[in-house]
Amino acid sequence: MIEFRNVYKDYGQNHALKGISFKVEKGDILGFLGPNGAGKSTALNILTGYLSATAGEAFVDGVNIFEHPIEAKKMIGFLPEQPPLYPDMRVSEYLNFVYDLKGCTLPKKQHLSEICDVVKISHVYDRLIKNLSKGYKQRVGIAQALIGSPKVLVFDEPTVGLDPKQIIEIRNLVKLLGKDHTIILSSHILPEVQQVCSKVVVINEGLIVANESIETLAEAVEGTRRHIAKICGPEAEVMKLLGSIPAIRSADVIGKQDANSISYLIESDERIDARIPLFGALAAKGYALIGLEGVEMSLEDVFVRLVSNKEKRQSAKRR
Amino acid sequence: MFAIYKRELKAYFISPIGYLFVGNFLAVSGLLFSICTLQRQESSSVADYFQYLIYAFAILLPLLTMKSLSEERRTKSEQLLMTSPVSVTGIIVGKYLAALSVFGAVLLANSLNFVLLEKFGNANGTLILSNLICLFFIGALFLAVGIFFSSLTEDTLVSAITSMDVIFVMLAVNFLSDISISWVKKIVDFISVLARYEPFTYGILDVTSIIYYVSLAAVFLFFAVRVYERRRWA
Repeated sequence: MIEFRNVYKDYGQNHALKGISFKVEKGDILGFLGPNGAGKSTALNILTGYLSATAGEAFVDGVNIFEHPIEAKKMIGFLPEQPPLYPDMRVSEYLNFVYDLKGCTLPKKQHLSEICDVVKISHVYDRLIKNLSKGYKQRVGIAQALIGSPKVLVFDEPTVGLDPKQIIEIRNLVKLLGKDHTIILSSHILPEVQQVCSKVVVINEGLIVANESIETLAEAVEGTRRHIAKICGPEAEVMKLLGSIPAIRSADVIGKQDANSISYLIESDERIDARIPLFGALAAKGYALIGLEGVEMSLEDVFVRLVSNKEKRQSAKRR
Repeated sequence: MFAIYKRELKAYFISPIGYLFVGNFLAVSGLLFSICTLQRQESSSVADYFQYLIYAFAILLPLLTMKSLSEERRTKSEQLLMTSPVSVTGIIVGKYLAALSVFGAVLLANSLNFVLLEKFGNANGTLILSNLICLFFIGALFLAVGIFFSSLTEDTLVSAITSMDVIFVMLAVNFLSDISISWVKKIVDFISVLARYEPFTYGILDVTSIIYYVSLAAVFLFFAVRVYERRRWA
């Protein structure tokens, strides 16, 4: 349904995209994952026709977006990072305008009413957009993307700036929409992509570092449990002790907090809780455990894990 | 394109801009009309009124176009337009026609002044009509200049002031026609907006001048389209 072939984008001397290629099949919800400034928005802006690429090709349902932009745009509903709203318009006026702008031919009243029901904005239909909360503005932004019932929906960081309740609502909405549309969802939040998407493309510094199913991502993320432990005791002795605990897979010194304690990053298998044997072993030796906290994997960690998994699989295939 | 035209037309009167423009235009025009015709009571003074009104356009018309594209760029709502199945030309022309419609309607309403003139004196209908037609096309050109400068910046104030400056320069070029060098005079007469206006002051409907105004307006609109296209590739 969507294909990027070796797409480059330069902003002067800055190379925002360095030849990215990926495919999205019909009915997929693709997570476009990467840290801020990785090139996610640039790629999505190219896909939706807002920007042109320096080189490469992009297709939507077989239509080249650069050669036939109008045809391609008819198949895409886009919610940019900042919803493209006119604050002085009422929701009803705005949606009617977008309906006309897209040259939609579906029965107007019924179509807009269905969209408002799906995104739950029927009760704010006659309100001024500038008076709506951020969450509702985001919903109105999603509603405009749905007008014309496009085959492809592109959401650029749809949950940024929302409160936790609104984030859950928007994620559920995206999942619901995924039943009838092919969706690309960009995000820098790992759990969001895990919850909502079936496939993930990880982008970093303008390059695709992984193009995996969500299961592979889950393996990389969920296989390991991590803790930071602050322990009072001589570093060499403590490291030796940590190495002797079978539940602990690896331990590294990550810094000295003060004169007495040292912080260690401890990794263990996800199925084993290493905290109990750790506490027992330290108590037996008389070293004080003065702090212990769980750590989520960072995006960078996931990149490294995904890339190393990929390399392992490729070398196994070669053998 | 029609959707953009309709929204833009509505937008003028959702915000105070449309009302400010109409109010200021009618006030300035009314003042000039009063000074140049009603108070002077001279037969030739209608021409002065039209000429001063053209100078007033330099300040009034950029008010209509200053937000047209720059505001969309600042608020990022242009992403909706640029990702919709509408061409860049359609977007620019839609916005331009909306500004032109507001201007045209105000100019028409403003011509009610001449009903008053007819009541108190002998107004030359042909002269007034040819002047009004010419003013409409000069306004159309200045609006295109405004649209072009609105496409260059996301700051509405910068857009307005640069448009005013360029329009003033376009009008000031006419002063060069006083130079006695014949080839300079020829060039100035060809490019000057005011020099091309002259036949209309005698009641002559000069089609070449109209073609000149329309062509120059089209050039500025084309530049605005190019600015948008170039930004996509930049």
